[in-house]
Amino acid sequence: MIAHIQAIAATEWRIGMRNRWVLLATCLLLLFSLVLAFLGAAPVGEVKAGRLSVTIASLTTLSVYLVPLISLLLTFDTIAGESERGTLPLLLATPVSRSSVIAGKFLGHVAVLALAITVGFGIAGGLVLALYGGTATDIAALVRLTATAIALGAAFCAIGTIISASTRQSGTAAALAIAVWLIAVVLYDLGLLGLLISAGEGTFARTIFPWLLLANPADAFRLYNLSALDLGSTATGIAGAADGLTFPPIVALGVIGLWIIASLTTAIAVFRRVEP
Amino acid sequence: MNDVLLDIRGVTKRFGAVRALDDVSLQLRAGERLALLGHNGAGKTTLFRAILGFIAPDSGSLSIAGHAPGVLQARRTIAFLPENVAFPKALTGREVIALFARLKGEPVSAADDAMARVGLADAADRRSGTYSKGMRQRLGLAQALLGRPRLLVLDEPTSGLDPLSRNDLYAILAEISQSGAAILLSSHSLTEVEAETDRVSIMRSGRVVADASLRSLHQDAGLPIRIRVKASDETIGEVSGTLGGTRLNGASLELLCPASDKMARLAAISRLGEKVIDVDISTPSLDDVYRHFSARDGREDRQ
Repeated sequence: MIAHIQAIAATEWRIGMRNRWVLLATCLLLLFSLVLAFLGAAPVGEVKAGRLSVTIASLTTLSVYLVPLISLLLTFDTIAGESERGTLPLLLATPVSRSSVIAGKFLGHVAVLALAITVGFGIAGGLVLALYGGTATDIAALVRLTATAIALGAAFCAIGTIISASTRQSGTAAALAIAVWLIAVVLYDLGLLGLLISAGEGTFARTIFPWLLLANPADAFRLYNLSALDLGSTATGIAGAADGLTFPPIVALGVIGLWIIASLTTAIAVFRRVEP
Repeated sequence: MNDVLLDIRGVTKRFGAVRALDDVSLQLRAGERLALLGHNGAGKTTLFRAILGFIAPDSGSLSIAGHAPGVLQARRTIAFLPENVAFPKALTGREVIALFARLKGEPVSAADDAMARVGLADAADRRSGTYSKGMRQRLGLAQALLGRPRLLVLDEPTSGLDPLSRNDLYAILAEISQSGAAILLSSHSLTEVEAETDRVSIMRSGRVVADASLRSLHQDAGLPIRIRVKASDETIGEVSGTLGGTRLNGASLELLCPASDKMARLAAISRLGEKVIDVDISTPSLDDVYRHFSARDGREDRQ
């Protein structure tokens, strides 16, 4: 069981390392991080917040868009591709259990993703730190951002695995993955904003809205990191709308954890029904 | 009955209105090589999927060395090679086989042995994306050889192989069956499997329409022998009157007769003496036998 998971995870890791676009994703993440770190944080000037904190706020917003995208692109093909290449029946004819296949692939993908995120944020954050200095709090925030971005990526890796297990064609899986990304990081927020504006100040804004916002792992990630940064007015966008709402930031982390567990369980359940 | 490794009894599987498998029964013993033949869509792959436990039959039973399909012991018994398998291009041959060795609970060193056995030792560290079709097929076979399987299930293992690699593959299979493993393989060509299998089953529209040794298949088919008699323009009328049969272009005649009547017919022809110029006898080929069993008639086409 453990040996099977290890073997599959190691294989996914190896494929990921040799896959050109994983390298591309890492470079993209690094490039965006550097741009945000050195251009986006330029007008900070005399603001009380440190340069690294502002960079981290920018990187948080970047992560909300880029990390789910990379995760979904990393995983959409994982089962559908095997189905298309004819290796799925071969794999499932061996003594490996279906839950081990999902767990192994998930761990392999998360490891690849963790490397990309750590390299991207680490280099950008490290450079800002080396050039402008920073406090221990800043460094903690960078570590927190990296760790939670990996957790956010893990949630979307699990969602990507569900998508991949529910279709036989790579093309369909790719289309579904893009649709999920659009909904999760763009349309969901737009919809919520629309609801908020039309409902105005009232019960909805105070009681239902924050929980709806929290239900989306991408928003939960943003809320957690921005509230932990305590930048106050520097925090903009939809997170600003939730500013001053009272729930402990740890709840946001719990939401991401729940998404990972629920999505993995669903992926295994869906995969068990596949007839290769 | 202990050496029956595969026991299929009355298995039926419907997909909507189509009976993909229709009351299929097959037994396979240790050391036996059985070729499963049939057109595309005859039910061979569906039968394999049922054997592997991927789909459950609507009725009937399957047993793999006494275990239900798909359970752990059954999966340890079977090694499978699907048709047209494409491994991840970025992995080397050795990495692919090492993965399967670990999944089958074999030491990783078993991967090297398997690679050597299929003649891929020199290419083991090349990425499988650079392999030719024949090499990919052999890589798939290497995976199937891991862990001393007792039952090999191979879906069209020779498709896309050149005659030389085909011979190599059958040589490996012969070796495996001599060590006591049973082999079930599917193929399109009876001629190809003629010397390589002990028994042949032919499927048509989800049914097993023949299951016997090649020799008894020949007898069961009861295909007529074709005798062509050539006479001259003057004698053809008399020859035709004596022997019957169908007139072909001018001075020739074709007779169809069951194998048992062959000598009597030849005696009748020789009695005609010099009125006959030439005689040509053709016995039904394996392809004729296969066509006889696998040809669909109108009734089944409508299904």
